[in-house]
Amino acid sequence: MTKTVLEVKNLWVEYPARRGVVQAVRGVSFDLCQGETLAFIGESGSGKTTLGLALVRLLPKSARVRQGNILFYQNGRVQDVLALSQEDLRQFRWRDCAMVFQGAQNSFNPVLRVESQFYDTARAHGMTGTAHVKQRAIDLLRMVQLDPNRVFRSFPHELSGGMRQRVLIALGLLLQPQVIILDEPTTALDILTQRSIIEVLRKLKKELDFSLIFISHDLSLAAELADRVATVYAGTIVEIGGVYDIFERARHPYTQALTHSVPTVTGDLRDLTSIPGSPPDLIVLPPGCAFHPRCPFATQRCKEQEPPLEPVGEGQFAACWNWREAMNKT
Amino acid sequence: MPDKRQPVVELVHLSRTFEQRGMLVKAVDDVTLAVNEGEVVCLVGESGCGKTTTGKMIAGLIRPSGGEIRYNGQDIWRMDAAQFRKYRMAVQLIHQDPYASLNPAHSVFRILSAPLLEHKIASNPQAARDRVRELLMMVDLTPPDDFLDKYPHQLSGGQRQRVSVARALTVVPSVIVADEAVSMVDVSIRVSLLNTLRKLKERLGVTYVFITHDLAVAKHFAWEGRVAVMYLGRMVEVAHTPQLVNHPQHPYTQALLSAIPEPDPRITRTKERVQLRSLDVPSLLNLPPGCSFHPRCPRFEAGLCDVMVPELMEVGTATRVACHVVTREAAHALRDGHTTSLPPAAP
Amino acid sequence: MMQAQAFYARQPSFLQSLSQTLKLLARNKVGFAGFLGVLFFVFFALVLPIFVPIDNQTRMDKIYAPASWDHLLGTDFQGRDVFSQLVHGGREVLVIAFVTGAITTFLAVVFGSLSAVLGGWVDSFIMSLADLWLAIPQFPVLAVLASLVKLNNVILLALLLSLLSWPTLTRAIRSQVLSLRQRDYVEAARSLGLSTRHIIFNEIMPNMMSYIAISLIFAMTAAVYAQAGLAFLGLISFSDNNSWGVTIQLAWTKGAIFFRDSFLYIMAPVLAIALFQLSLVSFTRSLEEVFNPRLRTGV
Repeated sequence: MTKTVLEVKNLWVEYPARRGVVQAVRGVSFDLCQGETLAFIGESGSGKTTLGLALVRLLPKSARVRQGNILFYQNGRVQDVLALSQEDLRQFRWRDCAMVFQGAQNSFNPVLRVESQFYDTARAHGMTGTAHVKQRAIDLLRMVQLDPNRVFRSFPHELSGGMRQRVLIALGLLLQPQVIILDEPTTALDILTQRSIIEVLRKLKKELDFSLIFISHDLSLAAELADRVATVYAGTIVEIGGVYDIFERARHPYTQALTHSVPTVTGDLRDLTSIPGSPPDLIVLPPGCAFHPRCPFATQRCKEQEPPLEPVGEGQFAACWNWREAMNKT
Repeated sequence: MPDKRQPVVELVHLSRTFEQRGMLVKAVDDVTLAVNEGEVVCLVGESGCGKTTTGKMIAGLIRPSGGEIRYNGQDIWRMDAAQFRKYRMAVQLIHQDPYASLNPAHSVFRILSAPLLEHKIASNPQAARDRVRELLMMVDLTPPDDFLDKYPHQLSGGQRQRVSVARALTVVPSVIVADEAVSMVDVSIRVSLLNTLRKLKERLGVTYVFITHDLAVAKHFAWEGRVAVMYLGRMVEVAHTPQLVNHPQHPYTQALLSAIPEPDPRITRTKERVQLRSLDVPSLLNLPPGCSFHPRCPRFEAGLCDVMVPELMEVGTATRVACHVVTREAAHALRDGHTTSLPPAAP
Repeated sequence: MMQAQAFYARQPSFLQSLSQTLKLLARNKVGFAGFLGVLFFVFFALVLPIFVPIDNQTRMDKIYAPASWDHLLGTDFQGRDVFSQLVHGGREVLVIAFVTGAITTFLAVVFGSLSAVLGGWVDSFIMSLADLWLAIPQFPVLAVLASLVKLNNVILLALLLSLLSWPTLTRAIRSQVLSLRQRDYVEAARSLGLSTRHIIFNEIMPNMMSYIAISLIFAMTAAVYAQAGLAFLGLISFSDNNSWGVTIQLAWTKGAIFFRDSFLYIMAPVLAIALFQLSLVSFTRSLEEVFNPRLRTGV
């Protein structure tokens, strides 16, 4: 029996820019179950980072949530994240839902030791007792395969990028959140370091039963870790489904093209396809389906009407008028 | 199959040290490699392995502190000024960051016409304009008239990278050093950029030195060529691409290949992993003695690997490996007459 | 032929380019106000003197007269019209400011970029010279020089002022060039065999234009203060005794501060200098936008 912990309904986020309004998130709905790993895959400028920030309400001031609900379920209670007061929101972040940002390895306060970062976070959220916090921090550091004796008293600059990323993951878990959101957790790290982060996340998931959302442009990461995958294009989910369905039986032409555009290192050379054209401009979106100018299956209808997500298989949904044609072609 | 082609660029015991906080850092250490005409050679390695410095030395932009770079047999740093200028033009570098490699103040036409006019490749602006159009078509920016008057910030990352390639082509280079040229470009357009680069090789016979951290991209781009793996400034393995990818010899190459996350859940979740003895990458400021991979290497032998620096040795047809253990095993196999070709790699 | 036409047709006309520049200027409100202020002072100091006659007539009955319709800002110690002095006293201030700013910036750009691009002993030489120069206390030197040479020539004074102020700006320009020189596109230009001249003037300079323009403005403000200071100390004087600095000095030495009705007399030139400076400084805010190619092509 799976329990829903997070439910997002028809979320729209936009923010003004010099040229016009950036429609960063357009009608996103999804739910996340207890203990599940959900990956959001998209290219730069697809709105996936804005989506992540919206979930913990860390959007820049200029951004506006036009409509939608973010419902968080805990112990039979429901909280609407968008309706939380500032104080409740502060408790919600870290305690219920923690987010580790892209490039956050470089955003540590350089003059504070790792231990202070733990103590400060704990204090800010009412977790008291230095000894208690220290014990928990040391356990977590061990879990992310760091040597607490060495790391706990270090300054950030004494650690490598991969070590800092692991410290951040440990920090995110300090208050035992139900959901943790990771934005590009392995980007800019070396392969062997990426591998260790992936293994750490896998192990943590097994030991502590939290739900994980990660946002990445790297399909391999989704292939490694995700239970379900959502493909994001032009600010909206164009396909969502189980990881094997998405990689092997994708129904949306964009997902199909994306999974065929990245090379594997194992096995023989396989044919790669590229997607013609450029990623969309979130200010001036094409009418109808935003992918139609690059889509081989586009018809007149695609230019006029935006397709809704519809079931295309067991637990799999795609937003495409012509998914049946796309399915038969491949 | 032995290569009968002539080497265009040869790196001979190439080294480069930098001074950092009063200490000498060996960014590149004793690299020897011949790049043949029309060939694709990939330099692969993680950050800090010296691949970019090697690329810049090949492009004549950084002077080696030891060893030589030979172009058609001649040491480039002993050339006279005119020859050296010609060399620098013959070897063009494509940078990684498409947002930093084009001058934001100039239009595409101005960026591409400057070298044409400076070197009198085009005699007047009109001829330059025609040539620029041709170049834009060559890099698949069509129709070219849509791009001539654009400024870099009006182009996408992929389009900028294509302009960079076109700019390199203005001076008709024989070698292109592509330093992570596709790594900052979105996945959906990466393949078409790689295809454009390959097409140029066939059309113009350009030789590529393709620098990347991504072995999957290297494999895709240089399937008919070779891959050279670097680790902390030294070259640890060189082989034909299919051989290197399917039968890696050096423990580092094996670890790297086994660690790469694959965009396919079935492959990536069942891959066998090489377990390293340590996760820490040694600092270039304080390299371990002997083989610099020994503190992490699963095949480490005390008294050997931490004492002697392994040389790059031939262990099979066109495969060279810098590892004491691997070369010893290959020698034994040869002596025992088991086989003259390489054994499949031990996982 | 068609292509040739197309080639030239794309170059924006002078008017188009002017209207675009104005639009960019207007993007920043403070900057645009500064721009209007500068325009006003140019008009005030260079055009208005044609219509307002010089007043050199002594009027014993109107010494230190308060403001009236005849004398908008009152009169001075000889009963002369203060407004007329203010109108005629702006030209020297503006001309010296501009000429000093231009020469200083020119010297700084030449020395700074040579230093950065050539490096080696040229760099060491220029930088040591700049350091040495900076060690000299400028104002006292000016004061001493002014007492030796009669500094009543606008151009001579501008030259002197810029000779004293080039080092700071040279250092700043040098570090700018050094950082731009590291850019990938400059490396690409070297690799393409483009000449050093091309690299400096076509690759580096266009990306420094806003910086250079802002430096020019700040060099101008420094020049305004320096000449006002010298005039106040009575170390420089011009043909007609007409410069805002000279007006302040005369008002001060002739004791205008002791007369209640002379408040405007003494404050008018001070305010003129302050407002001119404020306009210049505000104007710099708009320069960033004017020289940014990203804004220029208006994506």
